[in-house]
Amino acid sequence: MRERTTRFFASAWGIVLAGSVIGLLAPLLQYWGNPPNMGICVACFERDIAGALGLHRAAVVQYLRPEIIGFVLGSTIAALVYREFRARGGSAPLIRYVLGVFAMIGALAFLGCPWRALLRLAGGDLNALLGLAGLIVGIVIGTQFLKSGYTLGRASKVPAVVGWIMPAVMLGLLALRLAEVKTSETGALFFSQSGPGSLYAPALISLAAALVIGFLAQRTRFCTMGAFRDVVLMGDTHLLKGLGALVVVAFVTNLILGQTQFGFAGQPVAHSSHLWNLLGMTLSGLAFALAGGCPGRQLFLSGEGDSDAGVFVLGMITGAAFAHNFGLAGNPDSVVEGIARVGGLTPYGMSAVILGIVVCVVLGLTLRAKEA
Amino acid sequence: MSVYVDARGLSCPQPVILARKAIDAGQFPIEVRVETVTSRENVRRMAEKQGCTVTVETEGDEFVLTLTKE
Repeated sequence: MRERTTRFFASAWGIVLAGSVIGLLAPLLQYWGNPPNMGICVACFERDIAGALGLHRAAVVQYLRPEIIGFVLGSTIAALVYREFRARGGSAPLIRYVLGVFAMIGALAFLGCPWRALLRLAGGDLNALLGLAGLIVGIVIGTQFLKSGYTLGRASKVPAVVGWIMPAVMLGLLALRLAEVKTSETGALFFSQSGPGSLYAPALISLAAALVIGFLAQRTRFCTMGAFRDVVLMGDTHLLKGLGALVVVAFVTNLILGQTQFGFAGQPVAHSSHLWNLLGMTLSGLAFALAGGCPGRQLFLSGEGDSDAGVFVLGMITGAAFAHNFGLAGNPDSVVEGIARVGGLTPYGMSAVILGIVVCVVLGLTLRAKEA
Repeated sequence: MSVYVDARGLSCPQPVILARKAIDAGQFPIEVRVETVTSRENVRRMAEKQGCTVTVETEGDEFVLTLTKE
């Protein structure tokens, strides 16, 4: 039974199922309360968690998102059921941390992870095309490094407790969320009173949806970065089928729910500063390729015992804090006194994206195997 | 003598790249040792696409894939 379902999940139908379920649940989560074109966004939701914990004080993006918790724990459950939980680590954790920081800075310049880029497209936000183009450019660059021998080195088996750190952290966050802890009037947790952080589906619905997605994604290795990388590297379209299913199902679901609005200008929680949408995601795509997974995939890996993926996740949460404390994140398009104003990056944000690309290229060029 | 590829502990897509290099070198059989089910499935899919026959053996926590051609 277990072996048979494993073969199914590894098949084309398996990955299409995973993509379809994400494509269905994300617009529904938006319908149930999550922000527009942000039914699910791994980068945004990790950023909201950073806000809820007080690591940044951007008042409009603070909420302890159960989706992130559910992704990790859903993966843990799948890994346990299928006896794939393996505690491992020690493959250049500090590099992964740095990659996580810059991956987040790039994603927040664009205002979304690859998942949200696909969901924005499925909601009619054409700025997502620039983001996806950037993502692909970044992945193509990263793939060239991989071809020329880039490696973060081998991970080794570690004591089981190391693999359990990330699931345990998520259980702790879940307890904080469900208890709605408030340490003092001005203390954590912080929950937004307005803006995207104040929009959320009921916690238990978010958690349940995310557990299902976490389970399916662990079984099928759903990865938005891997999808493009495998095509570039060896013409393998397996993972890409999952992305296609996600976009098609999300588009149809959005149409049915009346959540579609085509165009570039004035899209929800988005800006139409084309160059920086492109370059932001170029940075992210490159960082994901060098780290071996998109933000979603890193969560699922961290749930099945990969402590290096856990370090990447913590890097992303740190990156979110930097992005908002230093004003690096993209400002959405807005309407001020009846005049539409194009958002985009501050000079600090632009500098951070360029710095990130430079750092990633240096890492890509210098990290080579030492063993014979 | 079989060609041996030790891909234990390497994260994707490196096991696939190493196995692909060995296939392109053209000397069979190739023995690829990996640690995760993900790597096992990825190497298997790539090798079958390249026209190899793949057999898998489980050794403790590890998998040994044997790739042959013709």
